[in-house]
Amino acid sequence: MSFDLNFIGILIGAIMASSVPLILAASGELITERSGVLNLGVEGMMIIGAISGFALMIVTGNLFFAVIGSMLSGLIISLIFGLLTQSLLTNHVATGLALTIFGIGMSAMIGKNFVGIPGKEFPLLFVNLKESIPFLGPIFFGHSIILYFAFGLPFLTNYFLKKTKTGLIIRAVGDSPTSASNQGINVTLVRYSCILYGGAMCGLAGAYLSLIYTPQWIENMTGGRGWIALALVVFATWSPIKVLIGALIFGGITILQLHMQAVGLRIPVQLLSALPYIMTIIVLVVISRDSRKIKLNTPTSLGQIFYKEK
Amino acid sequence: MYKLFLRSLISVLFVLGFSLNANAEFKVGFVYVGPTGDHGWTYQHDEGRKAVEAAGIKTTYVESVPEGADAERVIRQLAQSGHDLIFTTSFGYMDPTNKVAKDFPNVKFEHATGYKREHSNVATYSARFYEGRTLLGHMAGKMTKTNTIGYIASFPIPEVIRGINAMTLAAQKVNPDIKTKIVWVFTWYDPGKESEAAQALIDQGADIIMQHTDSTAPVQVAEKAGVWSFGQASDMQRFAPKSILTSIIDDWAPYYVERSIAARDGTWKQQDTWHGLKEGMVAMAPYNSAMGDDLIKEVEQLQKDLASGKAHSFTGPIYDQKGNILVAEGAVADDGMLAGMNVYVKGVEGDIPQ
Repeated sequence: MSFDLNFIGILIGAIMASSVPLILAASGELITERSGVLNLGVEGMMIIGAISGFALMIVTGNLFFAVIGSMLSGLIISLIFGLLTQSLLTNHVATGLALTIFGIGMSAMIGKNFVGIPGKEFPLLFVNLKESIPFLGPIFFGHSIILYFAFGLPFLTNYFLKKTKTGLIIRAVGDSPTSASNQGINVTLVRYSCILYGGAMCGLAGAYLSLIYTPQWIENMTGGRGWIALALVVFATWSPIKVLIGALIFGGITILQLHMQAVGLRIPVQLLSALPYIMTIIVLVVISRDSRKIKLNTPTSLGQIFYKEK
Repeated sequence: MYKLFLRSLISVLFVLGFSLNANAEFKVGFVYVGPTGDHGWTYQHDEGRKAVEAAGIKTTYVESVPEGADAERVIRQLAQSGHDLIFTTSFGYMDPTNKVAKDFPNVKFEHATGYKREHSNVATYSARFYEGRTLLGHMAGKMTKTNTIGYIASFPIPEVIRGINAMTLAAQKVNPDIKTKIVWVFTWYDPGKESEAAQALIDQGADIIMQHTDSTAPVQVAEKAGVWSFGQASDMQRFAPKSILTSIIDDWAPYYVERSIAARDGTWKQQDTWHGLKEGMVAMAPYNSAMGDDLIKEVEQLQKDLASGKAHSFTGPIYDQKGNILVAEGAVADDGMLAGMNVYVKGVEGDIPQ
């Protein structure tokens, strides 16, 4: 294994790129969950975002439309979830699971016409800086705009939840919808908005996969990343910054273990393959030990159906 | 777990749908491990199914069926819903297929790439993909500049190990300095993971990428990185026009048509089929002109020799990693040894995961 500095830089760049879909989807889902809604449909919304983004890119030839369209389609599909759970008061868990199954099936159906078409090159920023600066170049430059957005998002989310009035309202709704409602907050409206935002972010996460990471449409191409994003939110105890850390650890160990295999280290491969899951959980559990903070961050009414008393 | 759960749910719904319109007409069922749109393994099996359909026989299929308990349920449902012949197209369906076959003596079963025929109504079939791997090894050995071949492997089963060995032996023959680096991904199909594995191998100095997984992601990574690659199961040339030197193509159509007609006409018999370049079950996609005419001619000659039996992928002397002799000088490995191959030959790095 070559251990020169530039190689490590390239490695870190690759790790960042692989954690983008997790960060986007988990940040979106985090807002949804902080408002007290448990949407297990992340995988389904991601795969819908992936196919819509790819299809729009092929049909219109415009990457901007493709990215916006993927977010819109994630939003529309999460609207179905919103209608069911908020207006018709169905069970969150069952509805979310159904949404995932629906999304996977639907995307495969739409995708039939888009199988086997190579994707278009997505523009990467500052490519010349990436090559001219050793070590730091490959870390900070030569990425897509979505990656920069993804890495800013957890900080924005953190600020939004902690420092803004809207953030406070969302947290209030998630902790005690009844009290919030008594304060004159429209709980259903807040939850709808959070569901739609989560859907849009999941759509974007899917589009990142089909437009940038593996630029093509392949059935089931999200490969369970939606479920990992969901788990990240819980293990990060609903803290956006810890979501970012968790996503980086997961992406990092996934890629490092492949390198360790390629180098031929004599560690059982099964252990290496399980390492990303084990390490992410251990690290997140260790950094989230403070039970007072967990209580503070956990949306108390998560997954509970809210009936407004009239 | 979630995948198992979801897929089982989907499969059960699918199969329920089929069982509703069960009738006496002759029907052939197919069980696929991946989606038909994978452009690799399952895609080629589905091309075979379409050929059966074109021959006037009704077919149905269930895709993305995980290997394990769900497989048995799906196979059983197909058998119950009036299918007369069922093709189960992945190694991991071996035990479920035999288990269901016991309970449905009147239904014929064909299991791909396995070796268990516990009941008279189970046949097995596979292709000698390793012959294709020999050709890839020859090209890889000639084309590499870094003397490092990157190999993305799925599961440590004889079929995959046979491919790694055949490729390495052929590459060593033309380039003794060759090293084969292997990354196990423990999946047949996960585009994201496959591309990460390809990237890791390239970063570790491989300038040839080879895969025993089913998606087109690795060849696209190779194309972007400017290294050579080979397509798997299906012609993947249009996904990486510059990078792909050739693809190993699995052509199941003639076999599926022949066996389906035999089952319909009552002439079906249990057998073990292992066809290769000779019979056309393994075919090669057009060779990339970037290899140069001389190398293409060499490879075409080797392809002819393998097909005619003049050359064999596993010709002695062959040693294992510790230097013990596996096949004596002048001898060739017999089918029994090939079918159960579970050691690396000399020159492959690392251990087989146990």
